Amino acid sequence: MSETVRGVVACHGRLAEALIDAVERISGIKGALVPVTNSECDKGLIEQRIATAAGAGPAMVFTDLPSGSCLIAAATLARRQNAIVVVTGVNLAMLIDFVFHRELPLAEVAAHVAASGHKAIQVPG
Amino acid sequence: MSLLLFRVDDRLIHGQVVIGWGRPLGIDFIVLVDDAVRESSWEQDIYRMGVPPEIEVIFANREEAARDFAQWSGSSRRGILLSGSVDTMAALSEAGVAIPRLNLGGVHHNPGRVERLPYLYLTDEELRLLEKMERSGVEVTAQDLPTATPMALKALV
Repeated sequence: MSETVRGVVACHGRLAEALIDAVERISGIKGALVPVTNSECDKGLIEQRIATAAGAGPAMVFTDLPSGSCLIAAATLARRQNAIVVVTGVNLAMLIDFVFHRELPLAEVAAHVAASGHKAIQVPG
Repeated sequence: MSLLLFRVDDRLIHGQVVIGWGRPLGIDFIVLVDDAVRESSWEQDIYRMGVPPEIEVIFANREEAARDFAQWSGSSRRGILLSGSVDTMAALSEAGVAIPRLNLGGVHHNPGRVERLPYLYLTDEELRLLEKMERSGVEVTAQDLPTATPMALKALV
């Protein structure tokens, strides 16, 4: 079995906290995701916050936009640390899927949650 | 003048620049003046990811920016010139780049910097450079987004 993947949600403002709160209310799983905000810091400090949240083991960093300070910081960190994978465009469906698949190898989790995130975007009717 | 905004923002190209300022200004290009990013192709790829394909992103170091400024400012297209530091803008000004107004959009905390606004921390040396720019004719204001009220440099001292 693979080492459990830690989830870090790095977003603008208070979005990460709100997303994690919703995940915990829906899934009942607490502590699988760590929020990081980019408020009041430059990209160096955001990177530091993400690194602290990710720890030394395998980690998946979810960012809100496919650009900007959160992604730059996460991608910079992932270039130095092989055990970190970055997924952009975070949504609630993706995070819920993540908390139930943290035992999979990192690359598999990334593919899995990205597919879930895409699948959740629909135009009903 | 086709460079519509000269901005200091240590997050470089991000949402406030592309969406907050870029949309109302209707920009066609962004010039990012940063010596380190100019040398890093992977960082350039990431910064490009967040910019709509119709907006060109030009990466320049200080020397290239001073050299090509006339071309950008004479262009019929609309652009933003962006750097991550007061030092870089001061150096461009010293090198003869004509900056009519300088927007302080985001400089965050670092040792030696003092909070002037929640999104703006400056050392005394940075403040001195800005005051020097203002004496040379540059109007310096702090304003993170177009919807915010601009603050004059003297109000930050």
